[in-house]
Amino acid sequence: MSCRYAFGGNEHLFVEVDEAMSLEAFFVSLAITNTLRGAAIEGITEICPANASFQVKFDPDRIHPSRLLDVVKEIESDAAGADSRLDTRIIEIPVYYQDPWTHETLMRFRERHQDPDSTDIEYAARINGYGDVGAFVEAHSGAPWFVSMVGFVSGLPFLYQMVDRPRQIQVPKYLRPRTDTPKLTVGYGGCFSCIYSVRGAGGYQMFGITPMPIYDPAQRVSYLRDFMVFFRPGDIVKWAPIDRAAYDAAVEAVAEGTFEPRVRSVTFDLDEFNADIDGTNARLMEALHGD
Amino acid sequence: MAIEILSPGILTTIQDLGRPGYYHLGIPMGGAMDRLALRAANLLVGNPEGAAGLETVFMGPDLEFTEDATVAVCGADLPPTVNGAEQPSWTAFDVKAGDVLGFDYLRSGARAYIAVSGGIETPPALGSRSTYAIGALGGLKGRALAAGDSLPVGTTKAAGRSGRSVPPALRRGPKPAPELRMLPGLYWHRVTQSSQDAFFEDAWKVANEADRMGYRFQGGRMMEFVEREQPFGAGSDPSNITDACYPYGSVQVPSGAEPIVLHRDAVSGGGYFMIGTVISADMDLVGQLQPNTTMWFVRTDMESALAARAERSAILAALREAVA
Repeated sequence: MSCRYAFGGNEHLFVEVDEAMSLEAFFVSLAITNTLRGAAIEGITEICPANASFQVKFDPDRIHPSRLLDVVKEIESDAAGADSRLDTRIIEIPVYYQDPWTHETLMRFRERHQDPDSTDIEYAARINGYGDVGAFVEAHSGAPWFVSMVGFVSGLPFLYQMVDRPRQIQVPKYLRPRTDTPKLTVGYGGCFSCIYSVRGAGGYQMFGITPMPIYDPAQRVSYLRDFMVFFRPGDIVKWAPIDRAAYDAAVEAVAEGTFEPRVRSVTFDLDEFNADIDGTNARLMEALHGD
Repeated sequence: MAIEILSPGILTTIQDLGRPGYYHLGIPMGGAMDRLALRAANLLVGNPEGAAGLETVFMGPDLEFTEDATVAVCGADLPPTVNGAEQPSWTAFDVKAGDVLGFDYLRSGARAYIAVSGGIETPPALGSRSTYAIGALGGLKGRALAAGDSLPVGTTKAAGRSGRSVPPALRRGPKPAPELRMLPGLYWHRVTQSSQDAFFEDAWKVANEADRMGYRFQGGRMMEFVEREQPFGAGSDPSNITDACYPYGSVQVPSGAEPIVLHRDAVSGGGYFMIGTVISADMDLVGQLQPNTTMWFVRTDMESALAARAERSAILAALREAVA
């Protein structure tokens, strides 16, 4: 994998690890951006990892673009033999699939959808070869996901499923983006899941909603008092399907300040994962639920 | 000291020079779209350049002052008035307790910057008072100003600054047929040579969707893509890419139809290819373009982009000296 470099104007360097999404490309991006951050290079002002690429913002008054290019290329070659292990955390996110709020919204925007006669999740289930929505939810929530990018808007995670490519779910985005999406909608576009951190426009298919806030600028939510954004790239997520009663109870617990997300520390090894995907995922589940 | 909002105009927000450092989490730097105009207004009233002021679009607000203060309005040609009497733009003037600062009709440009001695002192969020409405962050309760709002203002007074003015040569408004210089790159190779040429040949018009997140342009030819099999994860439209970071100023062209230039409240990433990036020296100008303005994109290279940036720095240095 050799990176493609391109300047974004005179203040950004864009680095594409691979055109296609893969965990390998994401790991390379994460390794280079982590090394770059650690190197604390004068003139680099922001480092933004994305799914299979990353972006470096720089101040050209402090570092010349060609010098920056040399520095990042050098770090790319150093990171080539990077450790395939990642110390991270695994988080359980409750999801109320086929909830009434995203349903109401998707019905309002039916004319912008590929299949106006079915719901987003029915459509996604069908085109991915699942017999019914239940089987599709099982696939969506059965294996864990990597947070491969945080962005678009405040604290929104893009998630990539930790299964081999034939088992990856793929769904096109809406034909034309909606002007509205409920806050905390669990969405899907291309090969990525996401959680809409705020209410607003969106083009991803809507499958359900989580009761768990992931962005709180007022920092009133108990687990967001230290920092207003919950996710960081490299987090591992496991969706946990819940029903209406559990959703309502979780919403109330969040309001009362008693909701604590289930979060455990784990070490993920990409080589081990590639050698035994289901076994690695099973060990991750043990780490999440083993106590 | 406070400012009472009698009428907010169309869209008035508190802005300073922004909150860089959180783009990797989807929180853009924000801040004044025309940074030089905000700096000029602050310098005129004796504030630090990065003090929070008001950014107002197309139609100004009506503001009542509870105490004496010094005010300056820079940027768009949106003439300020005090109790109905017109005041000079790009010039510091005094207001007294009970006075109402209003505005006449917009003559050119799009955004005016109002600085008040002492600066707006709403609580900072992530190191900045800038309003990021999409994320309900900063400003006053994370939103644009509304009638009945009361804005706290710092206590520093700027006695004796009234009448100080930015020399006309250092004021920059939009020209009749503006040009934005773009450095091609990013996914420029995704469109054909003839589409690359057409992009710079065609006249574009600013669309109505022109806000702090980005400016959309219409009227040029549709782009033709270089054929390829779409990479895994990118999506099926030829304008789709595996979701990536978006630079500030980057020019994305969803479905190859209407280019969008991302601005200070940019979405930090997404799945549309970008053909290049407007250079930093021209970003202030974007914020002063009115919808329906005819304009052109001009091809530039890195060396010229850095030279243009140095020119902008020289203007700022001259401005600092002129109003010191």
